[in-house]
Amino acid sequence: MAVFNGKGVYGAVAVGKALIFKRQAAEVRRVSVSDTDAELERIEKAKETAVEQLTAIHEKALKEVGETNAEIFEIHIMMLDDDDYNDSIRSIIETQKVNAEYAVAVTSDNFAEMFASMDDAYMQARSADVKDISNRLIACLSQSGEDTAVSGDKMIVCADDLAPSETVCLDKDKVLAFVTAFGSSNSHTAILARNMNIPAVIGAGRKFLDALKDGCIVGVDGHTGEIFVDPDEETIRRLEQKQADDIKKKQLLQELKGKDNVTLDGTRVNIFANIGGVGGIGAVLANDAGGIGLFRSEFLYLESEDYPTEEQQFQAYKKVLESMAGKKVVIRTLDIGADKQIGYFDLDKEDNPALGFRAIRICLTRPEIFRTQLRALYRASAFGDLAIMFPMITSVSEVQKCLDMCEQVRNELKEEGIRFNEETELGIMIETPAAAVISDKLAPMVDFFSVGTNDLTQYTLACDRQNAKLEPFVDTHHEAILRLIEMSAKNAHANNAWIGICGELAADLTLTEEFLKMGIDELSVSPPFVLPLREKVRSISLK
Amino acid sequence: MKEFSYTIKDEIGIHARPAGNLVKLIKGFSSSVTIEKQGKPPINATALMKLMGLGVKCGDTVKFTVEGDDEDAAVKSIEQFMNSNL
Repeated sequence: MAVFNGKGVYGAVAVGKALIFKRQAAEVRRVSVSDTDAELERIEKAKETAVEQLTAIHEKALKEVGETNAEIFEIHIMMLDDDDYNDSIRSIIETQKVNAEYAVAVTSDNFAEMFASMDDAYMQARSADVKDISNRLIACLSQSGEDTAVSGDKMIVCADDLAPSETVCLDKDKVLAFVTAFGSSNSHTAILARNMNIPAVIGAGRKFLDALKDGCIVGVDGHTGEIFVDPDEETIRRLEQKQADDIKKKQLLQELKGKDNVTLDGTRVNIFANIGGVGGIGAVLANDAGGIGLFRSEFLYLESEDYPTEEQQFQAYKKVLESMAGKKVVIRTLDIGADKQIGYFDLDKEDNPALGFRAIRICLTRPEIFRTQLRALYRASAFGDLAIMFPMITSVSEVQKCLDMCEQVRNELKEEGIRFNEETELGIMIETPAAAVISDKLAPMVDFFSVGTNDLTQYTLACDRQNAKLEPFVDTHHEAILRLIEMSAKNAHANNAWIGICGELAADLTLTEEFLKMGIDELSVSPPFVLPLREKVRSISLK
Repeated sequence: MKEFSYTIKDEIGIHARPAGNLVKLIKGFSSSVTIEKQGKPPINATALMKLMGLGVKCGDTVKFTVEGDDEDAAVKSIEQFMNSNL
């Protein structure tokens, strides 16, 4: 047995026979021709065929890996149409009086070389794109059809590197996994692999290829990036166990998809997901969350070099609401400061940032920032079921200021004739002991509470979250925290408000029963925890 | 003839995807458009591979020169595109 290490790009396990990927792309010979016009005509025809093939690949990719990832093939089509690239091919044919294949190969080398010599890893990886389209063009010229012939048994495809088009053309039903000796995590191949749900490891090294024989057994662990050539029995058993675990997990989740979050005695609870950007929506939907219980809006500010405009924010919020198609989306207003700093906010350095100028304190001090965000949120409210949530609340007056600002924004939009949802729910985070203790005063002011257990724990137990030394002192199940949550739940319900938990404690299955007994209406967790939590809820009886 | 400069804010710079989309956008106008990165000769902005080959990174400033019948509209669209994508 030989073990190699690469980079796992999709976490799953496979064991099977190796298929060493060979390209049909024949050696290109330089042939002198007298009729250069005929060669020019051949290249035009080949280009048409290549564009047709790429259009088909683009369509396949659209279905399998989504629009963003499929875009590379549209770029390939545009690269094929590049004037400089085509001029170079034509001029080589005309001036050197040579065959079209040779002209393409030389042009390909020149352009690939240009990218490869750039001092930027991303651009270096683009030389693979040039080679990919050129090889396709040469294949079209020699009229050899599509290669990647995988037939019969399911195989593990092993290659020196795979071009993006070769990756997408792999027949998913016949490929157990794929391993490449080279390639970077920047390559489009790696990006595509992640989206095709096939176990994949890239960059296993040349020695891996040397160790391979066609038909030998290969084990691939996409979780760790390990590859085993001719694995021993124990390794095979271990990998098969891992594979079985993965499958069991997946099946369990499949079984639970679409099921209600209801206990054995009929108590229902909403299970929502927490995400930190538009990119997380896919995971929310894939894990069958009933809504988004915490959408952190910080990403808009973190990804930007300057304050994001109302329009930029509106587009992002609208996209989230539309993607969630009428399911509830709770968006938390800007929560920076403490451990999340942004340069252009120009915040002072603080000795004790957790107890410092952060979140709603920044928004209320700099209302222009807050107003822009609220306007964007209200404008987006017309496109789905939005709820707005304010972080780091400690007092009645803070909540009142937030509500006043919301009213002002609503009035402005009304005057401007801009559509929004008047019923947009407004709520607050319960993440300071102060908010929990006066929750009887806060509850009548809002539609909902959401308990942020991470900060509530830090503030209640006076334990800095960033200080690893304090870990032995952080008892997340501390009775003080649970009492604060219970008190908030009682006060919420007494005032017709609902209450959720969006901190890490929401995913703690040992507390689920206790939370349900408190009457918590919603638990919001990271997407992968949605279905395990549903399974737990369905096993509980409160009677 | 119109000229304007833009400083790239996108982390990766003018990578394949925005370069492709920029070329697509510019091809929709009849004006001729060139892009110049400091210290390098200007290139035709519809030459996709050359554009990628310029290696325009975050913080780099590029100068667009637009000339033709629809230059006003072209400048406006290109500026808008740069602002929202790069």
